[in-house]
Amino acid sequence: MRLVIALPFLWLGVFFLLPLVLVLGLSLGTNAPDLAPPVELGVSFASFRLLFTDDLYLAAWLSSLRIAATSTLVTLLLGYPMAYAIARAQPRRRPMLLMLVVLPFWTSFLIRVYAWMGLLAENGILNQVLRATGLVADPGTILGTEWAVHLGIVYAYLPFMVLPLYVTLEKLDWSLLEAASDLGARPLAAFLTVTLPLSLPGIVAGCLLVFIPAVGEFVIPDLLGGTRTLMIGKVLWDEFFTNSDWPLASAVAICLLALLVGPILIFQRHQERSLERI
Amino acid sequence: MSDPIVKLEGVSKRFGAVTAVAGVDLEIARGELFALLGGSGCGKTTLLRLLAGFETPDSGRIVIDGQDMTGVPAYLRPVNMMFQSYALFPHLDVAGNVAYGLKREGAGKAEIAERVAEALALVKLENLGARRPSQLSGGQRQRVALARALVKRPKLLLLDEPLAALDRKLREGTRFEMVRLQEQLGLTFVVVTHDQEEAMSMASRLAVMKDGSIVQIGTPHEIYERPATRFVADFIGVANILQTAPHQWLALRPEKIVLAGSRPPTAHAATGKVVDIAYEGDRSLFRVAIDNGPVMLVATMNVARNSDGAWRRGDTVWLGWADDAGQVLDE
Repeated sequence: MRLVIALPFLWLGVFFLLPLVLVLGLSLGTNAPDLAPPVELGVSFASFRLLFTDDLYLAAWLSSLRIAATSTLVTLLLGYPMAYAIARAQPRRRPMLLMLVVLPFWTSFLIRVYAWMGLLAENGILNQVLRATGLVADPGTILGTEWAVHLGIVYAYLPFMVLPLYVTLEKLDWSLLEAASDLGARPLAAFLTVTLPLSLPGIVAGCLLVFIPAVGEFVIPDLLGGTRTLMIGKVLWDEFFTNSDWPLASAVAICLLALLVGPILIFQRHQERSLERI
Repeated sequence: MSDPIVKLEGVSKRFGAVTAVAGVDLEIARGELFALLGGSGCGKTTLLRLLAGFETPDSGRIVIDGQDMTGVPAYLRPVNMMFQSYALFPHLDVAGNVAYGLKREGAGKAEIAERVAEALALVKLENLGARRPSQLSGGQRQRVALARALVKRPKLLLLDEPLAALDRKLREGTRFEMVRLQEQLGLTFVVVTHDQEEAMSMASRLAVMKDGSIVQIGTPHEIYERPATRFVADFIGVANILQTAPHQWLALRPEKIVLAGSRPPTAHAATGKVVDIAYEGDRSLFRVAIDNGPVMLVATMNVARNSDGAWRRGDTVWLGWADDAGQVLDE
């Protein structure tokens, strides 16, 4: 019994707490290119100071938050109608529709992002179709822009929005909407005053599930965004692998974590509140 | 009927292959407490939902207060409904639930507050305005649902099995309460119920439904004493149904029969053996097997406290009934 309880703590200790302490330790060290690993341990806040004074990092933070926020919003606007339609579909059709939502997971994430490169490249499928049909004579290239990054994030994270939304919408008692209609609410008013507030837990969960990983996303901005897109996940990668500045990379990681703990705490508070209500 | 509040003309509704409502004609007068009574699947709930506007009839016309409402959506009808599940909004408190319909009308803040307070007072929930539905008892929830439906002063209040979710003791009190409210407010109530006792005791008139059609409409007294068919006689209360001729039956209520030791001086009489006695406190039910005839049910009131033991199982008894004690039926 005790072993069973201890096991998850052991797991978290070895695979979460220990690496976290290591990263924290590294972030307080100083860069030493001649050593292997290239770090001199100590207590120096130089890396953190650099993060908050250098414009590059500030710009990367801001654009990461902006891209994650707009992508999350688009994902919500796309995912809500999808989840709503699935929740209102005939019960026997729902498992199939849900499977279609998670179907992309059956292919490797990396391969799917590469597929988008093939679609969006200068001579990619999209531009070929546009030229062949004569719709647009001289289409620009989407690949390598922030548009492509948004597209990639929305595409990759849509299931994480749809599933929690589906769970709350599926539980919704539809007779409440009839009651709203009976009391004089037009369909839009009924949606805004009944469906929307009652699906708020799903909206919050879905948004955090998309927003949190999107802020630190590295693969999508690197492959689809090209050199012009600045995101903090990419900065972290560059500091670590290109510049071999482990302390600075670790400091970026610690700040990212600190930034994301806020939304997570809000999420948990919200969950507790909605549980109390039920 | 002059100037009925509700007029249904040949209303039909099918769901796939099932005909839920089959050509119903019905008129309901202003200020009536009208009950739709029938077993499950008889179409009474569909008829109520057609009145509310949640379903559109396949054919026929629905006129409410002189206006054709056949294709009008629920949110534009001068009708409110109390749902069987109550359908209270879980994210709003009691006052918020009651105010919901008034807000949709665009009523002013002061007016809303006043009318909500008035409606909550009407159902005696003045002090619970700030509670959430999840913090209420079943009886209190029922009252909130009633207040929410009443506060808009509908021309027609529809009640779907209003007492089904309450326990037996509470049901009786609430029944009287609802009749009192209906009379006090002068509203027209249409109640759907499967409980014949409920329908009989509340309604000024009721319609008995079967297979999507109305079998009989009348006052509780008419329905009970003069049932139109064997189905109604059997469905409402208990009746002995005796075949008197080919395609002719006599429906005889157990309490209309005299039980005696020797032939009673009634127009009709028969003798038989007591098969079973069910003592129910206020009355006793006897099952008597008529010699060369059917088993008949007879009820006697236990007026005297020490009357126990007048008859035993196996005793030979006489049953008697007057000429006009039963209803002659031809279907």
